[in-house]
Amino acid sequence: MESKTTRSKVLSSLSTASFPVLAVIAALVIGAVLIFILGLDWRLAYKSLLQGSLGTKKAIAESLVKTTPLYFTGLSFAIAKRCGLINLGAEGQVYMGGLFAAFIGLSFAGLPRYIHLPLTVMMGFIGGGLLGLITGVLKVRFGASELITGIMFNYIAIKLVSFFVTGPLKEPGDLDQTAIMEVSAQIPRIIENTRLHAGLIIALLCLVFFYIFLWKTTSGYEMRVVGMNRGAAEYSGISISKNVLLAMALAGGFAGLAGCCEVIGVQFRLFQDFSPQYGYEGLPVALLGNSHPVGILLSGLLFGVLKSGSNTMKMLAQVPVAVIQIIQALVIIFVAGREIYNLTKLLRRNKQLEKAGGMNGN
Amino acid sequence: MAYLEMKQITKVFPGVVANDNINFSVEKGEIHALLGENGAGKTTLMNILYGLYRQTSGEIWINDKKVAITSPKEAIDLGIGMVHQHFMLIPALTIIENVVLGMKENKQILDLKRAASDVCAEAAKYDMTIDPFMETWKLSVGQQQRLEIIKALYRGVKLLILDEPTAVLTPQEVSVFFTMVRKLSEEGHTVIFITHKLPEVMQLCGRCTVLRHGKLETTVNINDVKNKQELARLMVGKDVEFSVQKTPAVPGEEVLSIKNLNARNNKGLPALKNVSFDVHAGEILGVAGVDGNGQSELVECLTGLRKIDSGVIRIMGVEIPKLAARTILEQGVSHIPEDRHRRGMLKDMSVKENLILMNYFKEPYSTKGFLNWKWISGYAQELCKEFNVKTPSIEEKADKLSGGNQQKFIVGRELERKPKLLIAMHPDRGLDIGATKYIQSRIVAARDSGSAVLLVSTELDEIMELSDRIIVMYEGGIIGLIDDPQVTREYIGLLMAGTRPQDSLEWMSPCP
Amino acid sequence: MAIEISNYISMAIRSALPILICGIGLVFGSRAGIVNIGAEGFMLIGAFMGVVGSYLFSSAWIGVLVAMLSSMLISLIFAYFTVTVKADQVVVGMGINMLAIGLTTTLFRRLFGMNTEPIKIESFSPLAIPGLSDIPILGTSLFTQHAPAYLIFLCIPLASFILFRTDIGLKVRAVGEHPRACDTVGINVFKVRYGAILFSGLMAGFAGAYLTLGLLNFFVEDLMAGRGYMAVAAVVFGKYSPVGVMLAALIFGAGDALQYRLQAGGSVIPYQFLLMIPYVLTILAICGFVGENKGPAAMAQPYIKE
Repeated sequence: MESKTTRSKVLSSLSTASFPVLAVIAALVIGAVLIFILGLDWRLAYKSLLQGSLGTKKAIAESLVKTTPLYFTGLSFAIAKRCGLINLGAEGQVYMGGLFAAFIGLSFAGLPRYIHLPLTVMMGFIGGGLLGLITGVLKVRFGASELITGIMFNYIAIKLVSFFVTGPLKEPGDLDQTAIMEVSAQIPRIIENTRLHAGLIIALLCLVFFYIFLWKTTSGYEMRVVGMNRGAAEYSGISISKNVLLAMALAGGFAGLAGCCEVIGVQFRLFQDFSPQYGYEGLPVALLGNSHPVGILLSGLLFGVLKSGSNTMKMLAQVPVAVIQIIQALVIIFVAGREIYNLTKLLRRNKQLEKAGGMNGN
Repeated sequence: MAYLEMKQITKVFPGVVANDNINFSVEKGEIHALLGENGAGKTTLMNILYGLYRQTSGEIWINDKKVAITSPKEAIDLGIGMVHQHFMLIPALTIIENVVLGMKENKQILDLKRAASDVCAEAAKYDMTIDPFMETWKLSVGQQQRLEIIKALYRGVKLLILDEPTAVLTPQEVSVFFTMVRKLSEEGHTVIFITHKLPEVMQLCGRCTVLRHGKLETTVNINDVKNKQELARLMVGKDVEFSVQKTPAVPGEEVLSIKNLNARNNKGLPALKNVSFDVHAGEILGVAGVDGNGQSELVECLTGLRKIDSGVIRIMGVEIPKLAARTILEQGVSHIPEDRHRRGMLKDMSVKENLILMNYFKEPYSTKGFLNWKWISGYAQELCKEFNVKTPSIEEKADKLSGGNQQKFIVGRELERKPKLLIAMHPDRGLDIGATKYIQSRIVAARDSGSAVLLVSTELDEIMELSDRIIVMYEGGIIGLIDDPQVTREYIGLLMAGTRPQDSLEWMSPCP
Repeated sequence: MAIEISNYISMAIRSALPILICGIGLVFGSRAGIVNIGAEGFMLIGAFMGVVGSYLFSSAWIGVLVAMLSSMLISLIFAYFTVTVKADQVVVGMGINMLAIGLTTTLFRRLFGMNTEPIKIESFSPLAIPGLSDIPILGTSLFTQHAPAYLIFLCIPLASFILFRTDIGLKVRAVGEHPRACDTVGINVFKVRYGAILFSGLMAGFAGAYLTLGLLNFFVEDLMAGRGYMAVAAVVFGKYSPVGVMLAALIFGAGDALQYRLQAGGSVIPYQFLLMIPYVLTILAICGFVGENKGPAAMAQPYIKE
């Protein structure tokens, strides 16, 4: 009996893991078909994609650079999801994180790095967290769905950053961008001659924090209760409002760190449209990773690789970068459609039981 | 030949054989009872007949013709109508919109005025008056049920299936309802009456088919049945003990006292009107009443889940603050909620995680905000053993357990807190007899160990069996307090229907 | 001054139209219990295919037709995953939006190249209604619109009638409230939901085509600027009725037009803040009016037939 349960448990966890793999394979196959229809060479495309993302040490480092913000925004989506919320406002929170980081990163020249850098990172977290918190407050106070308000705040935040980089924070000159961040506020590189920076370490720490918080602490337990069954939360005296606010603030904070690390770890400047949709891309990362830290670790890497290889793919195989976006979209749709898989499993089980039932009848 | 014949019907769901090779036949114009415990497969069989489920194997014959019913649409075309246990009315639509919804006779542009006059005429035949343009949510439960029947009649129903129709009615409404059913039968309609209540079968039906564990037990003529016990034995398979062993109560100090409590329901209408009563340690106070007379709101007020408008609630002499569920629970209150899926459990969490829902923030469950999983596992193992919860492991998702085992771990979790006050609402709704008796005996044991128990149930038998004192709720007020063990079912039934004790004397005699 | 007012009203109506057209379709979807965040993507596909159709056939009307059919095709994917497969509507909607961005960007570059001069397309030109358009101020603003505008305003009473007075409308409303009850009276819930989603797609395609062929007269990759999401908000704000959506869309349109006016008028306020106006308005609308109206009871819940 005992060994049977262990075995079925192993089997079921295997099938939970195999599903996302199938979804990704299906998306890549459709992507290949699309490239073929465009009249291009899909084998060359995928080969150059891999070459561009994993071919050299530098390419691998660059893939990890692209992966770092995806970990943050994936976590942003995941923590909201665990509380039963959908944070579509991550993109705006990325921008706010970048903006707040820039405020600190551009000032306090001469401050030692061990003070300046943590302070800047913290402000990045706060910037995103504040926007998340506002979205949460509107939900708790007015019952406004976080979906629409979140998306509207994305546009507002992007315009706000645009205002600062063309106005108050603009560096003298033709370009709409800020000056270079103070060196003491820059995140150090961890591999020489690459852009790979210590932001990746912060992201990994956040993944660990996410796991410990949700599964080891009482606050995380509360949050998961709220996310699974609000009626049960009320019944046991857990405050829904408090947890919604906390979840949105943390979600915003994670997304804010993505923006912050881009500004003080990669670009060293703030400028318009500095996030290539990192906020929206957190959705497929979290979804594919089932809002679980290990899942996000893997799926973030996958999307980081796709993203960083796409330029090489464009150069060598003339495949538009947007094809990667299509593949991402297909992954979202397929993973959301997990039920197809469950349904077929159910049907199979039904058939088996039917046989068993028929035997009973005789 | 029989009007309806269902031959060798088998229905398999994942993990369960709900119907196993059942043969069932009904004559034209008869009232045929389909009797069985919860989970015996009655509703499944009828859902197959109505096209909501598709049988795994077996045939259906109507008027000697084999029919394939793959959807309710085909059932309706064959003259089959069904009144479901949970009414299939849409609250936001008007009455007439509910009646005509989905009829294939409808013209593209609806002529609701004409339909309304037709429906009113149909209703008048059964002594009913309705306002066809009223929104449906304004109807009382009894009215909704009659509307469901009108809806079926308007579609030209010949065979009407009634699924547990009396569960939501007072004994008096039941007799009005029975008159209507008899009239339907006299006019040539065939009625299948799903129930688990023996007296109703004896009173209303001509024949009775008994199902047990998804299998056909027997079909009998009611006139050939000597007593209730005989049918009950067929239904549950062995001689049934009709009562729980229980010693007289030894009431102690006052634990809960409520004075002039007023509150409103979700629609903002008054739901509790000047409710006052108290519960003492070591006694079970039963709250009887038909569903929807303020019981849910009362329990929600007591547990901090609903705002009170006025009044005082004291637990152990301490006035409980308004709207602070956690504070109330910490006063020593345990609560077995009305609907375990909505409140009581987290279906996607493990049994272990479910068991700490009320105590996770306390030592030794957690230390300084971190959960002590090792300790919790041991605790959960013991609790499952103690309360007889059958689960492959404490890591199993709650969802995977049977309803009885889910309810057992909820009861275990709540009783393990050694409550001063236990509030139990429908603690055994939808459970089989074994689990029901077990849970009832644990509640009595909690009383014997000194807990004050507030038991809310719409099953009058359960209330009468377990309670030391009974209050009856009607339209948000307490209409009667009964502490005489000799009081009859009929008397409580009258109270449930809103007849006050002083006027009830004249009512006593004509009642059967 | 009169001309300015007239221009302003005219601009407000034109800005409102894409949201309104899309919103009418979404009313039916929402009433059937579908939260359609994917409207943004449907509309983007429409905007692009409208340009393609108009370019290939040299007719704005054929452009609209191509746009409507293409968006309906995309909405079929959405319907399959949300209704048949029962996937989360919001997540699939976001997937559709990303898919639309990816597809239009890829195809636009493939078809029209990167750096060529702006492509020439047939777009709608204002159509003055003889007589009425001569009324001062209102005449020029209300009766010198594009042909599709008149069509849409005529559609609103029609949509109301269909929703509240016909058999189909009753089925749509019932399915969004209590799908199981609909099943028991023989209504095919899946068919009704598919129909409502496909109609949403059709209208979103129209809205997208109007955006490129009537309002902007060009296609750029990020031209949507959240108009599809605003249409979703307008449906909530407009309490799920066609007339309500019209009022909501006109308010959003007025905000948008205000922003253009202020920018053109050389306001002292930085333009970025003016650009925020429509989004702030949307948030205010959602916050102020959602609480009292929860919408259809079975909103966003997939129907699982037992």
